[in-house]
Amino acid sequence: MAAPPKQTTILDARAFDRTLRRMADEIVELNNGTEGLVIVGIQRRGVQLAARIVSSITEREKFDVAQGALDITLYRDDLQTVGPRPVVGQTQIPVDIDGQHVVIVDDVLYTGRTIRAALDELADFGRPRRIALAVLIDRGGRELPIQPDIVGKRVSAEPTQRVDVMVEDLDGRDAAVIAEREVAT
Amino acid sequence: MIPSLGKDLLGLERLSGDQIKLILDTAEPFKEISERAIKKVPTLRGATIVNLFFEASTRTRVSFEFAEKRLSADTVNVAASGSSVSKGETLVDTARNLEAMRIDMVVIRHGASGAAQFLADRIESNVINAGDGTHEHPTQGLLDLLTLRDHFGRLDGIKVCIVGDVMHSRVARSNIWGLTKMGADVGVCGPRSLLPNAIDEMGVKVFNRVEEAIEWADALNILRLQFERMTAGYIPSQREYNRVFGISRERLDRAKRDILILHPGPMNRGVEIDSDVADGPFSVILEQVTNGVAVRMAVLYLLSGGKPELAESAKRGGGER
Repeated sequence: MAAPPKQTTILDARAFDRTLRRMADEIVELNNGTEGLVIVGIQRRGVQLAARIVSSITEREKFDVAQGALDITLYRDDLQTVGPRPVVGQTQIPVDIDGQHVVIVDDVLYTGRTIRAALDELADFGRPRRIALAVLIDRGGRELPIQPDIVGKRVSAEPTQRVDVMVEDLDGRDAAVIAEREVAT
Repeated sequence: MIPSLGKDLLGLERLSGDQIKLILDTAEPFKEISERAIKKVPTLRGATIVNLFFEASTRTRVSFEFAEKRLSADTVNVAASGSSVSKGETLVDTARNLEAMRIDMVVIRHGASGAAQFLADRIESNVINAGDGTHEHPTQGLLDLLTLRDHFGRLDGIKVCIVGDVMHSRVARSNIWGLTKMGADVGVCGPRSLLPNAIDEMGVKVFNRVEEAIEWADALNILRLQFERMTAGYIPSQREYNRVFGISRERLDRAKRDILILHPGPMNRGVEIDSDVADGPFSVILEQVTNGVAVRMAVLYLLSGGKPELAESAKRGGGER
């Protein structure tokens, strides 16, 4: 048995909540209001974060913002090499995104490949006026020319480390942690 | 860890309940793709699929072709008539020649039971059985299961009766295997001459009168009389069959509750099913067709990862991005 990997908390529950509220405000600011705003979360934890951001905007602005979910599995660029097929989640874009301002929400931004896939998938649904990217954690390590518009927290993580975001609905608590990757034996 | 389907999909008899559930669960998100304005995802870009159809088919062939195209695969249709098959080439030679052109998957329909297995043992491409003789038609069985699950919210404990020419039906066999593995109760009903002798051994209830079947069932899966496979006179006449076993509005009304109506097609209206039942409020026959595309997309997607050497690289690479 390997010793449990060392873990450092980046965001605890209170900082997590505060960060999401700030991101919600920044999204409204970036869009100059709530008109034409569509918040799209990436499966799985991005969907929970998007829902939290939407409820924060609704509370502050008294305006129902459109919300969607994107599963990018079928657009991944590594499907030919990943072996057994990854589980496919539900994609749901309930409004016409033509001419709208879409904000993609994800938990951790790393290589940028997930966002590349998300951009391709969104293009199959329509032609938004603008697409912005909001991420809770930007851990660096990009492999594609993609950058976020709104960031909850920036950390610089080594390739040997992993950054995990946990959300109340799925994991029982809100937190962001950084840990050493378990070495496969 | 998700269960793998392996290299081929040959029949539901060989699958576990977990594998069947994996296919049905995977089909759910695929339904949404066919509702988009651009009905296409890039998942199987660069993969080449041959639809090798030695028997007539409209629904199944078109459904597979849509599924393949909506996953961005390149597809070629080969029909037995007008191909080298009509010049006497064997099944294996046809397939090996196709494989020499670097294909990835073969969808095969053939009149001989076991043809899909025979091919799967001899070529490296993934093989999907689209109906082999009177043996199995697994994707039809799966789409029937998906349609039933959509309506009842579960398969466990529901009562499904298959009515008609069970003997010549690969759809019946795939349904019986699939439903019993998922915990449903299965009945069959038809003229004794059209029920296989060993039917009791498949763990199903046998109804001799269609009224009893209707009394018992939550759903009826109604089958066509397959005259093209009948080698002798099994029934006196189509009119006689309709009078004794045909599903009519009047017969269903006597049950005093809603019974879901499925039919794999093609229908012979006025023989095994009356028009007011086929077009009635409890008919899910067209939903079956819609679900067929999603189920076939799920099968293509899951099998495309069935190469064992890829499983190794997956372990090394991990899933995090």
